[in-house]
Amino acid sequence: MARPEPRSLAYRLAVASRVVAALIGGYGAAAAVAMASARWLPLSRAEAATAATLIAMLALPAVVIWVFAARSAWRAWAGPIAVIVLAVLAAWAAGGPR
Amino acid sequence: MKTGFRQSMAWLHAWGGLIFGWLLFAMAATGTASVFKSEISDWMRPEVRMRTDPVDAVAAAIRYLSVAAPASSGWYMDAPDDRLAATIATYDVKDANGADEYRLAALDPVTGRPDAIRDTLGGEFFYRFHFELQLPYPWGRILASAAGMLMLVVLISGIATHRRIFADFFTMRPGKGKRSWLDAHNVLGVLALPFHLMISFTGVLTLITLTLPWAITANYGADTARAFADLDPGYYTRPRAGRPAPLGDLRAMLTDARARFGGDAIGRVTVENPNDAGAVLLVYRNDSNGVGYDGGVAAYDAVTGRLLSAYAEQRPAKSLYNLLYGLHMGRFAPSFSRWLYFLCGLALSATIATGLLLWTIGREKEGGLGNAFVARFTVGATGGLPLAMAGFFLANRILPVTLTGRQDAEVHVFFLVWGLATLFGLLRRPARAWIEIVALTACAWLALPLVSAVTVGLPYDIVGLGFDGVALALGGAFVAAIPPMLRKLRTVPKLRERRT
Repeated sequence: MARPEPRSLAYRLAVASRVVAALIGGYGAAAAVAMASARWLPLSRAEAATAATLIAMLALPAVVIWVFAARSAWRAWAGPIAVIVLAVLAAWAAGGPR
Repeated sequence: MKTGFRQSMAWLHAWGGLIFGWLLFAMAATGTASVFKSEISDWMRPEVRMRTDPVDAVAAAIRYLSVAAPASSGWYMDAPDDRLAATIATYDVKDANGADEYRLAALDPVTGRPDAIRDTLGGEFFYRFHFELQLPYPWGRILASAAGMLMLVVLISGIATHRRIFADFFTMRPGKGKRSWLDAHNVLGVLALPFHLMISFTGVLTLITLTLPWAITANYGADTARAFADLDPGYYTRPRAGRPAPLGDLRAMLTDARARFGGDAIGRVTVENPNDAGAVLLVYRNDSNGVGYDGGVAAYDAVTGRLLSAYAEQRPAKSLYNLLYGLHMGRFAPSFSRWLYFLCGLALSATIATGLLLWTIGREKEGGLGNAFVARFTVGATGGLPLAMAGFFLANRILPVTLTGRQDAEVHVFFLVWGLATLFGLLRRPARAWIEIVALTACAWLALPLVSAVTVGLPYDIVGLGFDGVALALGGAFVAAIPPMLRKLRTVPKLRERRT
């Protein structure tokens, strides 16, 4: 990404944007992955919920690393949004609580 | 934020580490102490010397609670074991205003009574602080979880920062200022890296049903009662019947539970709705028999003695969860693994502390209010914590045994010392304040064995000797840190003189 002068307003806004993407995107992705996996894993619903939670816990740090490693702000936001949209669609396609 | 993957990760490592660094240090230090939670509890209650069979001890505790807290909604007891002499009971009573008040009391294993035992939270204080941070439910737990998750991110970005992680492990350049701190940070961080990663991940996991309940919501919707029953089938509960009924032969039920556990010891024992026809006795297997946290549970009708349910986890996903949970708790035998946990915990605490120092050392020349605040705040917030822990132990030995509210007074001493140290650090020049705080911390830890010998007598068992040994070792380590800091203090003003 183009690097603005540190301590300039543009730099601070760029940092703020990534922090928000990491927080909301990271937690949102973990929550969405948890819901999709819970409904799709071929296990009893209690077991699927437990396994899905463990999988979702890996998604959160992965998304945060992605957000801060991404070359542009656009990519930083696109990663978590793509995960959330796909996972929410998958959870919705599986139907309601089983 | 910087261009390039490694630079971005270095940025994330530095700033992510700073945000919760102080909190993470406190969590790591109190978590490390919690490895020896039982031993600390034993040391802090020198009046409890007798040891008995756990079944006898719990039966005695229940006799006492029947008189002391008959109207309680439940009695929660940790049976004594090889490591803990007293029975730890938690129960609610109505306070003077009729509101519910929770109490934690250590009960003598033989008499079941708390009379002669000094009132203290013992190791339970560090354990609770480690994940509740002395904040109201659920905020402390949520904050601790967030810090744990950030810890994981900081670890991963820290690994990504290294060009040569293996070579860095073998690099130590002492006496070279910032470079030495960086080497120390790297060696301590890399040395126990698998532990650091494991303990952060499993730590977040212990509170995951609170912080990330969405998988459960997805599969159960609003039916939380069903979800709880499915996820924890061993937990048997039923409402109060509203008819008084005396407790049955609890000793027979406890003995039966032990037989069901293949002769293994009983651990946590709870009596819900005591003195009611709906009373339930839950007996859990002692968790030191395996790595996993949930070894099995038996539920009895506490009035008739009838077995209501018996459960041992067999499902693979939940068993994996219990295994990871147990890895974090580190309750499993033998003591060798606990010492390893303790040493790795010390390494993690030191990694965080050196990381915070590195942050300030790198920015001394930049100046600025923010950098000055970080440098000064770190002194007391980080350096003051081992001092506060020693203060907590000293208070246990020095406060009058009969003092009312003694349990809270010890905790107040801890926070008072920590707060004063933080204030002190903010007011003094950091290079000086560090030496003064570290010197005071060394004195406090070295004084502990002496104060303990004067107030309650010389150590007489392995716990007492081990405690004194750790106190002296920590005190010695703090003493060893003083000469290099003095040397640095002498050189810094000289540099300044030369410049002017």
